Amino acid sequence: MDSIVQFENVGLRYGTGTETLSDISFTLFPGSFYFLTGASGAGKTSLLRLLFLAQRPSRGLIRLFGTDAVTLPRERLPGFRRRIGVVFQDFRLVPHLSAFDNIALPLRVAGMSEKELRIPVQEMIDWVGIEHRASARPATLSGGEQQRVAIARAVIARPDLLVADEPTGNVDPEMAVRLLRLFEALNRLGTTIVVATHDINLLGRVRNAHMMRLDKGKLSDPTGALRYPPKPSDEQGWAR
Amino acid sequence: MAARPKYRKQDKSLIPEGRLTGPMPWVIAIMMLLTILAAAGGLALRASAVQVNADLAGRVTVQIVEANPDLRSAQSIAAAQALDQSRLVRTIETVSDEEVEQLLAPWIGSEGFDSSIPIPALIDIDLNGPANETNLDELRDLLVDIAPAARVDAHGDWLKPLFALLASLQYLALALVLLLAFATSAAVLLSARSSLNTHGETINVLHLLGATDAQITRLFQRRIALDALFGGLVGLLAAVTVLLLIATQAGDIGSGLLESALLHWYDWVILGLIPFAGILLAMLTARLTVMRALRKIL
Repeated sequence: MDSIVQFENVGLRYGTGTETLSDISFTLFPGSFYFLTGASGAGKTSLLRLLFLAQRPSRGLIRLFGTDAVTLPRERLPGFRRRIGVVFQDFRLVPHLSAFDNIALPLRVAGMSEKELRIPVQEMIDWVGIEHRASARPATLSGGEQQRVAIARAVIARPDLLVADEPTGNVDPEMAVRLLRLFEALNRLGTTIVVATHDINLLGRVRNAHMMRLDKGKLSDPTGALRYPPKPSDEQGWAR
Repeated sequence: MAARPKYRKQDKSLIPEGRLTGPMPWVIAIMMLLTILAAAGGLALRASAVQVNADLAGRVTVQIVEANPDLRSAQSIAAAQALDQSRLVRTIETVSDEEVEQLLAPWIGSEGFDSSIPIPALIDIDLNGPANETNLDELRDLLVDIAPAARVDAHGDWLKPLFALLASLQYLALALVLLLAFATSAAVLLSARSSLNTHGETINVLHLLGATDAQITRLFQRRIALDALFGGLVGLLAAVTVLLLIATQAGDIGSGLLESALLHWYDWVILGLIPFAGILLAMLTARLTVMRALRKIL
């Protein structure tokens, strides 16, 4: 099976400090669901930044969609980024745009016309339950509403890879489950999902999800033995 | 079911528009006003120089500088007859003694003429061709025997310092236009950098959503173009008002030199194009600034 993401001995160092990530090697397969766990400061966000091409590694090999992403020319990055949906930990909504326009951003960036994008954006707004707040600006939205807008923006373009950094951190348990169901639905359509989370309760809610755990910048279970709940027989997500 | 929200047009803008509240449109308006005035000055000087040059191109004065009035008169008549026969000469006019006295009156007074003061006889000539050295030498050769006291001078020679001054002022106007264009570019560059800093987070998000440098650059170009369009039109309107007032006042004075400096229709076309050149310059500056800044981001 062709991988969608492959890391080989990847290291990341900011400036001249010690490595934030060391010797990271793993392979993600299309249509799989992965949780990334680890304590604060373990390097989860740094690993996700490498995944969504916000950062190049200091060393090692990263293959994304079958292409070497480390040496990928800068002008080709937008095409790859459009295949990746990102839910940022701090949402990173555009402050002067309404919720509707924030959600529509990936489609507009991809060149979809206003007429074409109206229906899918409205459907997504309905799905995440912010119909009454669609024209509100982010500053007037609650934390949970902002998070739902951020998730809707990440999934609206049906990405091949969805990367979410603590996507349920600001929503109530009911909405967290609902959002996970959205991720699962997207996963069933073929999107590979990577969710970084502290929330241990989420891990058991997605069937056949794989777990990666970072500890002080190193992937502590590259064999895939750690799962939640443990399923040692299934090693699909861990090629190495 | 909740009512569909109303979408405001401005929400479609990924980078918020300045809405002419910032200083940039007004800075551009001032720059455009000054640029158009400087350019108008240069064009008026050029028009004046061309007109004066055309007026004097074939004008020559022959002076008979002879102290003896009888000899002076004889040489003047002989010279006038010879010149009248010359193929070079189109028209000839002997300046009467009364006219010469009027010309000299401001210096020596209307009562001061007597036979003891040698006054040269003057003959004004319009040549068929230009009053260049070849033609002047031919006239001198013609007169050397029949009027040895004759001096042949082109009018243009007397005005050479004026022409040099007009040329210098035109270069100065051109330099001012270039300096103002440079200053406009610098202002746009600073504005674009400031805008990049202000919207840095939005730009990062757009990049991560897959926006290309060209897409992001277009947003800034559009903003700058709107600012420059407003500034350019305001500057043009103000400049045209000023120029029309000056033209009216110059017309009232009735000076030949000032009237010769009036702008032609094609000069007005050039002035009208300056704001559009300014818009293109501002857009180009913004494009290069933003593209260069974006290339530093992954």
